[in-house]
Amino acid sequence: MQTRSDEERIWHWLAEVPDPEVPALSVVDLGMIRNIRITNDSVEIEVSPTYTGCPATEVIEHDILEKMFAEGVATASVKRVLSPPWTTDWISDEGKKKLRRYGIAPPERTADKRALIGKAAICCPRCQSAATTLISEFGSTACKASYRCDECLEPFEYFKCI
Amino acid sequence: MDSGAVLYRYVLRLGDNALILAQRLIELVTHGPELEEELANANFGLDYLGQARMFYSYAGELEGKGRAEDDFAFLRAEREFCNVLLLEQPNGHFGDTIARSVLFEVFYLRLLERLTACSDIRLAEIAACGEREIRYHKRHNVQWLVRLGDGTEESHRRVQTSVDNLWRYTGELFAADEIDTAMRDLFDGPDLGELQLGWQDDMAEILREATLDFPERQWMDEGGRRGQHTEHFGRLVAEMQYLQRSYPGLDW
Repeated sequence: MQTRSDEERIWHWLAEVPDPEVPALSVVDLGMIRNIRITNDSVEIEVSPTYTGCPATEVIEHDILEKMFAEGVATASVKRVLSPPWTTDWISDEGKKKLRRYGIAPPERTADKRALIGKAAICCPRCQSAATTLISEFGSTACKASYRCDECLEPFEYFKCI
Repeated sequence: MDSGAVLYRYVLRLGDNALILAQRLIELVTHGPELEEELANANFGLDYLGQARMFYSYAGELEGKGRAEDDFAFLRAEREFCNVLLLEQPNGHFGDTIARSVLFEVFYLRLLERLTACSDIRLAEIAACGEREIRYHKRHNVQWLVRLGDGTEESHRRVQTSVDNLWRYTGELFAADEIDTAMRDLFDGPDLGELQLGWQDDMAEILREATLDFPERQWMDEGGRRGQHTEHFGRLVAEMQYLQRSYPGLDW
């Protein structure tokens, strides 16, 4: 039995499953949820992993299942979908707002190959100044680079485009 | 050899390459020369580990004997690993590590690009995920090779020696054997001869920018892909597998 509202309810539950490393974002904000399949009493959720080595991937899959069981879904499973590969373009606008509020500059919306080179100006998530300096192309997790704002002098992280 | 066996062995090799380079990079964690390089190196190691896991999971499914990622990584003997010799070479100094990465990644990026168009969908998907990460690595490592080559007299001299010493392991990257040939014929896999031409062009350009000499034609060492490794490999495997060998079945 599948109704539109069942699927909506599941989307709503998934929106309450946070990313373990950036808890301000849910798995829905990140654009990791590709599809929800409901058959009889079971739910299959298709998830796109972000970075291949991201240690959060398994935690996220586990958290999604736990949420489903907590909400009373009897049979739930997670299916990893590699294609098309996840890109930072899939982070929702709402997700980008949340990232900025959390103090992380969101990725620019150009996940083509050139965007890796990071030519675009990165704005400070606190004071919005475009006068920022790259400190390190790498950060505390695989998905982030480290910046400093030359205006308010605060360091901040930038969510890299892939 | 049937097509399933060809694909299994091909994917297993890719997994071994990724795992062994991951292990070498992970050895450097907490030994980075500065913070940015420490983070870069750890991130790169993690990417390779992630790729190794995807290749091994797939290899296990293809083999159909119930082997999982950990079985391939921790419960095979030295001679069963079929990574290329280049990747098991010791980290040496920073220039050696960078040179090893550049020599490999200039090849590996082209290989993955090509594999995204192979006829096996799962392998093409894994290659597409890996390709974007390696593009990032390569860019970073090439910048370093240029900085060291075109740096001080001392850095130039040392990194030229790194490139020269590692050069003899680059022939193996392109030495097509029956698996590569079958992969090309059955799955529209890469033509290694073609990749080699591209690699030589890329390397010539990078070395020129780094003011380094392109090494002379020389004898090439090979054997890793048949399980015949250099003397460094035994120690690497011993350290990597220590826990599972000492405490079989340990899990946490």
